[in-house]
Amino acid sequence: MFQFKSMVASAAILIGSATISNAGCGIAGGNVSILANDFAALHAVISAAEMCAGDGVTISKNHTKEHRTIQVAALTANPAEYSVAVVANSSLVPLLNDGLVRSLDDLVAKHGGSLQKHQLVTIDGKIMAIAFMANAQHFYYRSDILEKAGVAVPSTYEDVLAAAKAIKSAGLMEHPFAFNSAPGWNLGEEFINMYMGTGADFFKPGTAEVSINNEHGIATLNMMKALTEHSNPDFLTFNSDATAALWEAGDLALATMWGSRAGPILDSEGSTEAITSTTVVASAPSFAGGSRPSSTLWWDGFAIASNVSDMDAEASFIAMMNGISSEMVKANNDLTVWLIDGYKAGPTAVGVSETAANGAAPYPMLPFMGTLHGAAGAELTDFLQGNESAEQALSDIEAAYTAAAIEKGFLN
Amino acid sequence: MKHRTFMWFILPSLAAMILFIALPIFSVFTQSFFVSHGQVLIETENCGPFGCKKEVTVDVDATKQLNMENPLGKFNGFKTYTNRNHLAFQEVGIAWNSSASIFSFLKSLLNLPFYKALLFTITYTFCVTPFVIVIGLFIALGVNSLPTILKGPTIFMSLLPMIVTPLIGALILYWMIDAEGIIGATLQKVFDDSSLSLKASPSLTWIMLMVYGVWHAAPFSFIVFYAGLQTVPEDTLEAAMIDGANRWQRIWYIVVPYMMPLVVFITLIQLMDNFRVFEPIVGFSAQANATSLSWIIYNDLRGQDVQLFGSASTTSMLTILGVGFLLIPILVRTWRDFNTKTV
Repeated sequence: MFQFKSMVASAAILIGSATISNAGCGIAGGNVSILANDFAALHAVISAAEMCAGDGVTISKNHTKEHRTIQVAALTANPAEYSVAVVANSSLVPLLNDGLVRSLDDLVAKHGGSLQKHQLVTIDGKIMAIAFMANAQHFYYRSDILEKAGVAVPSTYEDVLAAAKAIKSAGLMEHPFAFNSAPGWNLGEEFINMYMGTGADFFKPGTAEVSINNEHGIATLNMMKALTEHSNPDFLTFNSDATAALWEAGDLALATMWGSRAGPILDSEGSTEAITSTTVVASAPSFAGGSRPSSTLWWDGFAIASNVSDMDAEASFIAMMNGISSEMVKANNDLTVWLIDGYKAGPTAVGVSETAANGAAPYPMLPFMGTLHGAAGAELTDFLQGNESAEQALSDIEAAYTAAAIEKGFLN
Repeated sequence: MKHRTFMWFILPSLAAMILFIALPIFSVFTQSFFVSHGQVLIETENCGPFGCKKEVTVDVDATKQLNMENPLGKFNGFKTYTNRNHLAFQEVGIAWNSSASIFSFLKSLLNLPFYKALLFTITYTFCVTPFVIVIGLFIALGVNSLPTILKGPTIFMSLLPMIVTPLIGALILYWMIDAEGIIGATLQKVFDDSSLSLKASPSLTWIMLMVYGVWHAAPFSFIVFYAGLQTVPEDTLEAAMIDGANRWQRIWYIVVPYMMPLVVFITLIQLMDNFRVFEPIVGFSAQANATSLSWIIYNDLRGQDVQLFGSASTTSMLTILGVGFLLIPILVRTWRDFNTKTV
């Protein structure tokens, strides 16, 4: 009798859970395929979205660091190779430029009841993407080293330089500072972040004409140069993996790194208790008396391809809504800074939220921003090695940008 | 062989060559003359998690219309070839007119990305190629004089650098030269200089890349020379020994002249390979100090969110042109040899 009861009970649970998982998604049918970057927070979202598979719904995914380079070609195909592209503010732009993602107005009206207003990314009034997490580069410091060197916690990059000097003269570390200064995307990002701190615009308003060869640009470059002097001589090979590894090895006391690294750095893996317990995250510093932190705010979100059937688009939207549910956030609260209802900010989120609270600006979503980003990343190395003047470096960036922008049709 | 039979004989490989070599090159060639249409820009109100802002965006419908009419883009002629990111005629002209000395002209020239990459590419090609040939020959001679039982394992060990995937080989060496790696730390100790870094100094980076290049390519020339050594006529060598020639004289007067066709072959292959140097730059994260033409192509396609197909095609065509120039002397020599033999 007892056995029979427990069998009935377990059968009931099985049936119950099956109907719940279908009822939770309520997709009529269709194919969902997702292209996304490869890190833990996105794994959590997409695994939750995959729960909707079954009953005529197929869900496939591709997590790859190369998502930026394949997305345009993959979504240009008709039908598109992927129905969902997980994007950030910069990588949405190439898709928008070519009209490869659809307006989500009707899908949000129908299925997006749980979304908060700040999650909707609108271009000219049309919802083009749904944001679900935030990221920014911010400041990391070691409280024990600062204490030993007898300096206060820096809030500007001028303070950071002074603190680095004090740490060095106290004989604690030879090269206490690092940021992601590898040429290419990383160095371009550092330039944009620092320049943002001046509050100046990158382009003449309303045009694609670059204007960075001015006193703001020179101040930006001089500050970057001054910081690299407190960085290991190998700084031109430092990508975000390298700086995180140096931090975990205890070779750094001051650093500017991505917010999404805070979780892995503060956890018990890959480092010692002495390092993790004294690592503190804080807002990105400002510089040159500016009021805005020298950083850019980023969001990650998803967009739906234009070149898929309406049925697949609807299935994709519902599946992704399931992926970014409050339940998913509850289970993965500390992985990143979620923009979703139900998120409770933990210790790893302090850096990003303080940077945003201090007034950092979002990464500009201009169609030609990526071109300037690339030019800055390629042309700054000579200056940082001391081979040319700041003015020359800035005019090199402008010239490289202009040639590329003409090729992309942004300038004549 | 009759011409007709000959045609049938080479038809399959000819077809494959046209399909997989000639057509892609032609397509890249065509692409290099086009750039994107002028984008129609409009100002719109955009909102996101961090607030709203008036920003410039692309008018997708208007731009799409242009692309439908002319999918290849806008014809640009040789302007991509001559722009600042490639041959930079205008900038070179200005530098020439405004420079007081040849030294300051060279400095401005090497500030341009194409010429900077060209300098490294050519230096790399002309330093690595002779070393690969000489070292390969010496390894082959050494292995050839080993007792038979040791030959097999030695050949296998000598081939390892070529068996290891180039990128992996570069990464392994990159970790070894790190300040905390075995080579990097040893060098710091030997020179008693804690700031010595193979990654930071441009000249040391160049040397490191070239050493890697030789390490990676020497097994190729070794195995070709080793095969060639097996066919050196024994009686000529014995005759020389009877005449009292020592080992060095036998190598210089018999083996090397006998192997000349192989030297030409390896030079040909190595010049082509080294001119396209790419993997070590990525593996060693050396792009700050050394860029090559292939690296520029990679950067145009992968370095940013937007891809510059026109630029990449242009640099590809210039690379093919460069390889052509390098090979002319060798091809002329081969052609002359061919003619003297048939006459």
